[in-house]
Amino acid sequence: MSALILIELNGSEVSANSRAAITAASQLSDSVDALVLTNDASNSSSVAALSGINTVKMIVDDSLENSSVEVASKLIADVMGDYKYLISGSSTFSKNILPRVGALLDVQPISDVCEIKSNNTFVRPLYAGNVMATVETSDETIVMTVRSTAFEHSGDDGSASVESLSASMSESNSSFVSLQESESERPELTTADRIVSGGRGLGSKENFALIEQLADKLDAAVGASRAAVDAGFISNDYQVGQTGKVVAPKLYLAVGISGAIQHLAGMKDSQVIVVINNDPDAPMSRMADLVWQVDLFDALNELNAYQV
Amino acid sequence: MKIIIPVKRVLDPYTQARVNKQTQQVDLTNAKMAMNPFCEIAVEEALTIKESGSASETIAVSIGTDKTVDTLRTALAMGVDRAIFIKTDSELDLQPLHVAKILANIIKREEAELVIMGKQAVDNDNNQTGQMLSGLIDYSLGTFISKFDLSADGTSVEVCREIDSGIETRQLGLPAIVTVDLRLNEPRYASLPNIMKARSKPMETIELSSLGIDTSPRIKIVSVEESGTKDRASKQISSAEELFSELNQMGVL
Repeated sequence: MSALILIELNGSEVSANSRAAITAASQLSDSVDALVLTNDASNSSSVAALSGINTVKMIVDDSLENSSVEVASKLIADVMGDYKYLISGSSTFSKNILPRVGALLDVQPISDVCEIKSNNTFVRPLYAGNVMATVETSDETIVMTVRSTAFEHSGDDGSASVESLSASMSESNSSFVSLQESESERPELTTADRIVSGGRGLGSKENFALIEQLADKLDAAVGASRAAVDAGFISNDYQVGQTGKVVAPKLYLAVGISGAIQHLAGMKDSQVIVVINNDPDAPMSRMADLVWQVDLFDALNELNAYQV
Repeated sequence: MKIIIPVKRVLDPYTQARVNKQTQQVDLTNAKMAMNPFCEIAVEEALTIKESGSASETIAVSIGTDKTVDTLRTALAMGVDRAIFIKTDSELDLQPLHVAKILANIIKREEAELVIMGKQAVDNDNNQTGQMLSGLIDYSLGTFISKFDLSADGTSVEVCREIDSGIETRQLGLPAIVTVDLRLNEPRYASLPNIMKARSKPMETIELSSLGIDTSPRIKIVSVEESGTKDRASKQISSAEELFSELNQMGVL
């Protein structure tokens, strides 16, 4: 009943998503291995150091830098063999690949698992998290992604063995062109303790800089509503919500966000929610622990000038 | 080049989902239904490609009971050329693997080179069907796209993908499946004359049972509960000093 984690790397760092997947896997199996698809064999060291991993299975090939989903899904399906579980953290990386692996294995994957009830029964969100469903699978092999906000993140006191797998790369009809990566010195959105998030109320990209300034003051990550991203104030990878990132920080400070249900779905589990908005009827305000009903520019200027 | 656009009928996204405690299902009786918003974006993109002269035909496909015809009529009213209705006798609990198998059957039959579909349906939020379909029929796959450019010779497309770290650009050889994200386009509304015209556009009905696809559920929903968003006891504050003092007391700074 062993489990295989598909590891997501950011450079040579193991993602927080993958760390949550290890914790989820440890609730299902005593034997958890990690699979890494990479162009750089030295990436094995950070994975081998993860707590809770028995063996790191490495597939190393130059073509796996920015690998195509067509090639990756075939490699993963071929490795599955006797593994009962294939688990990865919920992210665009895993959501791209795992369902395709599922199809190759004739398995119905389970997305965004938030809780493990038994070895085949899981809790997952429907309708933007407004409904939680307990689902039971009858598949022999279980493929799933898990929410990184719902499981502890595995640490770095492990010493797994490393095994290199030889694999033949299949032909792919698609190719990588470029990656436009958001450069940021700030904490990563999905793992930050504090998030300052801005909405349509900011009015412009220039004004959105006030959100960034406040985030820096609080050592917080920057987030945004869909409306702010659609309006071009900030890029897509900052979007919090049903179709963006799901977060659960200690502090979520929402500025000028009215609170569409799709946005609330992405942040409702935050420990403390602060809302700064001039509209007392905004749905966001009902979720708040603290509400400051004020012109948001007055508030941002006062907060940014405040000597902590 | 034929384009297939699978579309799904879902609970209107601006309606709150309610659970029927007896049936342990989301209650859709008398609920307002609509085309999944991501499917609307997919339809719009297909129409734009057709209007640019790069596609020969656009075909919407949906699966469900007779009510599903409404959703296909919406696609036709937006401008899609024809529709294929896969009819089920009752509200089957079809899962992405089943839907992908059904769509694979239709795509092969139609010899469609391009499939444009939503990245997820806003009811079950699986985000799986396009990826699974690509695996079943071995088409190139571009998920979560915010930009779509067909090459001049019509043999490949360049897509921008919205991923966690930013925007990835990839080139996909045809045949391909793309799943669309929110910022790809703004879907058009169906005009009244087009709604009238849609009534006479061709719609083929195929009985699901005639396709010979195993649709026995792989996943059983044991129970559901509304989690929703819980109102909190909001405390009003009125200055930066007060905010920082509260946050310090709560220990979140």
